[in-house]
Amino acid sequence: MFGKLSWAAVPFDQPIPLIAAALVGVVIIGVLAWVTLKGWLPYLWREWITSVDHKRIGIMYTVLAMVMLLRGFADAIMMRSQQALAFQSEGYLPPEHYDQIFSAHGTLMIFFVAMPFVIGLMNFVMPLQLGIRDVAFPTLNSVSLWLTATGALLVNISLVAGEFARTGWLPYPPLSELTYSPGVGVDYYLWALQISGVGTLLTGVNFVTTVLKMHAPGMTYMRMPMFCWTTLAANLLIVAAFPILTATLAMLLLDRYLGFHFFTNEAGGNVMMFMNLIWAWGHPEVYILILPAFGIFSEVIATFSRKPLFGYRSMVMATMAICVLSFTVWLHHFFTMGAGADVNAIFGIASMIIAVPTGVKVFNWLFTMYGGRVVYSQPILWSLGFMVTFVIGGMTGVLLAMPPADFVLHNSLFLVAHFHNVIIGGLLFGAFAGYTYWFPKAFGFRLHEGLGKASFWCWIIGFYVAFMPLYVLGLMGMTRRMQHYDVPAWRPWLLIAAGGAAIILAGIILQIAQLVVSIRRRDALRDETGDPWDGRSLEWATSSPPPAFNFAVLPHVEGEDAYWAMKQRARRQAKLGEEPGYTAIEMPRNSPTGFICAFFATVMGFALIWHIWWMVALAALGAYATFVAFAWRDRVEYVIPAETVARIDRANRSARSQALVAMQAAP
Amino acid sequence: MAPLVLTACEPAVLDPQGVVGIAEKTILIDSLAIMLAIVVPTIAATLGFAWWFRASNARAIYLPDWEYSGRIELIVWSIPLLTIILLGGVAWIGSHDLDPAKPLASDTPPLEIQGVSLDWKWLFIYPNQRVASVNQLVVPAGVPLHFSLTSGSVMNAFFIPRLGSMIYTMNGMTTRLNLRADAAGTFRGLSSHYSGDGFSDMHFDVHAVPPEQFAAWIEDTRNTGPTLDAASYAALARQSMNTSPSAFRAADPALFQQIVTQQLPPGPGPRTGRPHPSVSPRTED
Amino acid sequence: MSAFEAAAGRDDGWRDRQPMAAHAAHGQVSKRIIVGYGFWIFLLSDIVMFSAFFASYAVLVGQTAGGPSGRELFDLRNTAIQTACLLLSSFACGLASIGAQTRRGSWFYGAMAATFVLGAAFVGLEAREFAGLVARGAGPTRSAFLSAFFTLVGCHGLHVTAGLLWLLTMMAQVFAKGYRADILRRMLCFSLFWHTLDIIWVALFTVVYLMGAGQ
Repeated sequence: MFGKLSWAAVPFDQPIPLIAAALVGVVIIGVLAWVTLKGWLPYLWREWITSVDHKRIGIMYTVLAMVMLLRGFADAIMMRSQQALAFQSEGYLPPEHYDQIFSAHGTLMIFFVAMPFVIGLMNFVMPLQLGIRDVAFPTLNSVSLWLTATGALLVNISLVAGEFARTGWLPYPPLSELTYSPGVGVDYYLWALQISGVGTLLTGVNFVTTVLKMHAPGMTYMRMPMFCWTTLAANLLIVAAFPILTATLAMLLLDRYLGFHFFTNEAGGNVMMFMNLIWAWGHPEVYILILPAFGIFSEVIATFSRKPLFGYRSMVMATMAICVLSFTVWLHHFFTMGAGADVNAIFGIASMIIAVPTGVKVFNWLFTMYGGRVVYSQPILWSLGFMVTFVIGGMTGVLLAMPPADFVLHNSLFLVAHFHNVIIGGLLFGAFAGYTYWFPKAFGFRLHEGLGKASFWCWIIGFYVAFMPLYVLGLMGMTRRMQHYDVPAWRPWLLIAAGGAAIILAGIILQIAQLVVSIRRRDALRDETGDPWDGRSLEWATSSPPPAFNFAVLPHVEGEDAYWAMKQRARRQAKLGEEPGYTAIEMPRNSPTGFICAFFATVMGFALIWHIWWMVALAALGAYATFVAFAWRDRVEYVIPAETVARIDRANRSARSQALVAMQAAP
Repeated sequence: MAPLVLTACEPAVLDPQGVVGIAEKTILIDSLAIMLAIVVPTIAATLGFAWWFRASNARAIYLPDWEYSGRIELIVWSIPLLTIILLGGVAWIGSHDLDPAKPLASDTPPLEIQGVSLDWKWLFIYPNQRVASVNQLVVPAGVPLHFSLTSGSVMNAFFIPRLGSMIYTMNGMTTRLNLRADAAGTFRGLSSHYSGDGFSDMHFDVHAVPPEQFAAWIEDTRNTGPTLDAASYAALARQSMNTSPSAFRAADPALFQQIVTQQLPPGPGPRTGRPHPSVSPRTED
Repeated sequence: MSAFEAAAGRDDGWRDRQPMAAHAAHGQVSKRIIVGYGFWIFLLSDIVMFSAFFASYAVLVGQTAGGPSGRELFDLRNTAIQTACLLLSSFACGLASIGAQTRRGSWFYGAMAATFVLGAAFVGLEAREFAGLVARGAGPTRSAFLSAFFTLVGCHGLHVTAGLLWLLTMMAQVFAKGYRADILRRMLCFSLFWHTLDIIWVALFTVVYLMGAGQ
């Protein structure tokens, strides 16, 4: 009746997952209870869960990412502590448990922290920077968000029922085939990713269409902010790469569910084909993650150097070059598979070539600061931390791209240090820079400076203390994913690394504290005008937070740094531009489609994992019914009357006028 | 503190004991040096510019509209490009010289060793000597070693850090690796590709000994221990963790080919689990 | 005037309200262009997915594990009939698009019905071919080649089946709501989808059936 599912699947006999599951359950139920008792449910449903507003969706993506960061980091702490303890001992995590933890750590961090974080920031900022009201397909945007949340939910449900994959974050066959992984773990992984993969692909389609087809009047492609260019490049990569992931995981699913032989040992399956396919997706994936971060740094460094970005055209070319080149390097993930000298050398050289446009970007940021007036805000600290750290990570990457060097460093902790170096130093620092930079825009008040700077220092010091020892360990021959070891020389370095994780933990605690304190003191930290940083791009022309319609009248753009030009003119003339003629604005209606779709997707995913076929059929029917119900809507938009638009906009204009007067008065 | 520091030194990759590893270390150090020449000034410039051009420094020049310079663009594109051209040359030459399948230049004929990765141990067969060992490798120092490798179950990687390159092992396929231990010594060997719950135990000691001692070891092994045939192989192929080193006195030379062609099928996976294997598999102890 | 035409003539003036909504919400480009463009991007991503299946087929085509190969299995006559059905259905779909644009019920419903029948015939023939192969012991679990074959061809067949479901939904939508602008945009997406499946089929029967049978 319930397929493979029974009460025995709940880990009553395993204290650690049981306690973890209980904790998560308590937190979720606690939050739900608190929200319900406070009477916030109708508000949340109406304004957030069914919202199709890109700003709200962006915020929800970011919240998902940050919550999953806590779960993924908890996994990291467990891994570091296990390795610190497990010298000539079994530690406290038996292998079958440890293997799930590092697999979940990687899966969560890449798919449910990094991806939602950058997609959330792109969602919130890009339409504002383009001077438009929303993305091309707002309801699809909501569907994407909730399907991503479904994937995260399924991975976490594996704590309570069954197990998670024990294959690492990429399920290499034949280990991931039914013979060697007969459990439900790999199925949890596969369905979570297939479902959230649909969401991500739809985001790619949505954002490519938005950036290429929807701009404020006068904004040509070469006048778009750099962040929009990197958004375009990242989403082109999503459109081109994610279908490969879908196909490859589908092949593995067919092997596991229907006895196909794509990657099995017997009947002609080809394990090397999986490696090629999965990394043909996998390499563009890391550029999907890093390109938006590069865009954030371009915005932040220019704004806080109080200068335009240096070499805009070059940056655009470099971005698109990285976009294309990212498809030419995938084999460097398996130089040691024995493809031969010619093939290895060609891919090694290609991997080095992709370092060229990246280097160009770093130099252009350098020259953006040159001749500037650098303000040491939180975002710029994250950016400086990035520039130093990412360059080291890139260097070790080029080292690993050298096949003979890779032959002794592949799969070692040197590799682990490298990719954490570029992901933390690049992506995560970028995400935090974006978070601290655009937080006032999203919520109307700034984040506490002192706690933010303290958290930055904990993060960067913690990062170096946690990961530099791993480079050393890799050179000492320690391979990755070891549950226990017996080499005495490795122990001190693993202890230091565990210490580094503790310092990062302090950083995270400070970030949580920062959020709580900032909310408490929000009136003191209020952003009155909508332009707290003296910004250069159009999002700073709106109030904080922006109204639902973003701009009362779509701005007319005359050059790069569109808002800067408007502002300079206003300052010269000592007054704001003319009040525009206000008209009524039509906005898309909210819709529960995304949430309901995701509900059925969750049920379907769970049922597929546990082989509950009747539930699969019902859920599929439900999903189809949701589509049809959505298609049958008659009223898809609502009208904001001109008077309301006028009132909202005038309030912001008056605040800005006062600020302008105050600025002229001060010397 | 001192004992901590002393015990913390086990250079492995940076202290190679074989000709392959020595060449790879050279490439590693040279590439690192070339790149540090770019990276160190870049980091210094980042910190330097950020500090000198800070908002409170009135002495620094302020160029509020400076956003392009053709000359700087040229340099900015050229430096990474030239560096990469140099490194690309190293990559091409290095990849060819150090291709794992490329035989080592030597007067001595290579010793053939066949390696099979299993769950979770290594089986080494000496086809010409007709002996085999599990989780230990005895080799003559100074003699080139030609490894033919495959897997009896899932993907693994054969790696002796102090001797040089690693290579994957895959069922149904043979990968080839050439290494040499230049001097006698004991080195650590391991699997460097995660293969399941018992993966951490997949390490083995490599004893490089003078050729006479190697011949003696072969003789000793021929006189004790079980034989390696299809039946004992099938027992080995079952999942087990923490297998102690052992040896086989008579190894069937056709065994390796049978494993590669899957005449001897790959090892079975887990048979037990909680509540049963199809929910959460577990290895029998 | 037939009941169909009366129903088809239902048009509540949405068309006239579109320009303002389009302009206000999106700047300068019309909704139809945006929807069409977005759907094209989606179709390109779908083609990438098919490419991955094509690539796996190319890698595994020789892995017959001692079992039958394409030459022994493929019936080119069946493939030819399937091709004719699909190509004709594309033509019918084109007629249906014109019928929708000109709001001629007889053209629209008639052509859509023809598209459905021809598409269903295609799927039926494919299902029969698959069943026959399985009965002969040449099912997808027999060898890697057959796994790749069934997946590649079957994925296309699943897309066509989904298209048939979409087709019926489109007919129901037009019947219930008339030729409203948003329904016409969906019709545009549907016809793009249908024609793309045709293009993929051409690649498919060339690479799989023609080249396979010729080995």
